Amino acid sequence: MSLRRPAKNQPENFEFNPSSLEAAKNIVSKYPEGKQQSAVMALLYIAQKQNENWIPLAAMKYIAKFLNMPYIKVYEVATFYSMYNLSPVGKYFVQVCTTTPCMIRGANKLVEACKEKISEDESVLSNDKSCSWMEVECLGACVNAPMMQINDDYYEDLDKEKTLKILDKILKGEKPTPGSYRGRINNEPENNRKTLMDLKNA
Amino acid sequence: MLKDQDRIFQNLYNDLGPDLTSSQKRGDWVNTKEITDKGRDWIINEIKDSQLRGRGGAGFPTGLKWSFAPKEVGSRPHYLVINGDESEPGTCKDRDILRFEPHKLIEGCLIASYAIQAHVCYIYIRGEYFVDGQKLQAAIDEAYEKKLLGKNAAGTGWDLDIYIHYGAGAYICGEETALLESIEGKKGQPRLKPPFPALIGLYGCPTIINNVETIAVVPTILRRGGKWFASLGREKNTGTKIFCISGNVNNPCNVEEEMNIPLKELIEVHAGGVIGGWDNLQAVIPGGSSMPLIPKDKCETLTMDFDSLMAEKSGLGTAGVVVINKDQDIIKCMARIARFYKHESCGQCTPCREGSGWMWRMLERMAKGEASKDEIDMLGDVTKQIEGHTICAFGEGSSWPVQGLLRHFKDEIKKRNKFDPIVRENKNIPYLVDQHLLDKNA
Repeated sequence: MSLRRPAKNQPENFEFNPSSLEAAKNIVSKYPEGKQQSAVMALLYIAQKQNENWIPLAAMKYIAKFLNMPYIKVYEVATFYSMYNLSPVGKYFVQVCTTTPCMIRGANKLVEACKEKISEDESVLSNDKSCSWMEVECLGACVNAPMMQINDDYYEDLDKEKTLKILDKILKGEKPTPGSYRGRINNEPENNRKTLMDLKNA
Repeated sequence: MLKDQDRIFQNLYNDLGPDLTSSQKRGDWVNTKEITDKGRDWIINEIKDSQLRGRGGAGFPTGLKWSFAPKEVGSRPHYLVINGDESEPGTCKDRDILRFEPHKLIEGCLIASYAIQAHVCYIYIRGEYFVDGQKLQAAIDEAYEKKLLGKNAAGTGWDLDIYIHYGAGAYICGEETALLESIEGKKGQPRLKPPFPALIGLYGCPTIINNVETIAVVPTILRRGGKWFASLGREKNTGTKIFCISGNVNNPCNVEEEMNIPLKELIEVHAGGVIGGWDNLQAVIPGGSSMPLIPKDKCETLTMDFDSLMAEKSGLGTAGVVVINKDQDIIKCMARIARFYKHESCGQCTPCREGSGWMWRMLERMAKGEASKDEIDMLGDVTKQIEGHTICAFGEGSSWPVQGLLRHFKDEIKKRNKFDPIVRENKNIPYLVDQHLLDKNA
């Protein structure tokens, strides 16, 4: 299990803005009547997006009222799942996969790059408070290893140099292009494809 | 090598585009009504004849699973749930189906829902695949627009709604009952079985849960016949499978191949060989991190299917092949996998919650050569205490890779760890310290 704690400094209030509210109502309608609790995960995610990538306790209380469920149940869910950030992580949240398939292809170099550019320790904000990084478990892009995720996007087939360039961009406030950094558009064997060649050449 | 016309996922490499028009050119959605008109029993029998086994790891026969759904819909509605919580290290096949072949999955959902009499289908996608999930959502919207979903979907007379439910970074939600808990808006902690989800599942209603790949191959099987699918591979291990080959190979890739393909062919032909040559191979994890590794000498002749890997005391799992060459420290690799399981344990059963941390800490020390001689057997003992003593299969999943290491690389561990037992050395090593005291973030 991973241990997760809410941040010390918490805002007093939280409320969905109109666009979040609409999205939330839309999600609740996906589930059968009386089962609106199912929407809690999606609502926490919406709250996280609205609140600069993290979820304050006030948001959990708000969602509990919104879905008519006990606050502790929302708190349980928010602390159980690792994608909910319980303290500020910055506008750009960098997650480096270091599980074995990425590790044996040099994920530690990506970690080094993050240490150099963002902060010495993981989950610590950079000097300008715009981003932070952490090691995460398998992100499910093993044939594109090593890779990392920044907010919603995957950055694949990296090495240290490419990672440094990407981090430079986000520190300048730009959004780097997601996807493979060796120019792959799919998961075929590079320069060694043996299957479905008719379609490739079509 | 499998013939190209026998490949189910023609667009695995996105040569043709994932949109509806291109998918229809490849044969999706062409005669869905003709298939459903043949009736539920025909569909289930055809799937049984094809001997399709679930592609999510356990390899349970799909036709049999469907036949467990109640024949008559009672007061409780039936549900179909698709498991797209692909988090097993080494596996990334479902992602390519979501982004490149979404219509195979959606059509499969319609046919499967018809067969088990469900009007609502939830597709559970891991939260990290948000972008790929959006692509699937676009395909679903497209299908609604063309009346392939919704009321009288694709003219079959069956009503079906498909919704995507995103996870939020919990490996355990790939376990089917934990996945149901998660959809219900709770912590993803597995339920005791029985009752099985086919009778009491989502919201207490009959529920059938299948992997993305399993459902996506269903329409093609029904079009070309169960016999065709059964003619590929070998008895009880039929059909094709997407293999993900990652790790120390020259060209890591996903490739659809026939079951029972030799491992060496997968690595040498498709993945461009091991980095440093075949002789530089150390070990292979054949089916995602939960499956025990296989040392090089056995890789020469090994064939990849459920039963032949079982005979080697490993398993096909999700067919995520991780190749490890001799430049890597095998103990460290396994210690990292143990850390993965320590991080992902849901905390419900004590043997798993505590044991996964023990295994990780012992392996970390063994990698550094700080463990004593007797700890090697103790580690084996710990794995046996976890295996079979937990509610779900996570206990097995976390202890098997360690057992695999002990089975094949015991000499390597012994060579590095020659200390006498700690009691005699009077060393201060925190055996029983609560893991949160060691957690970096605490």
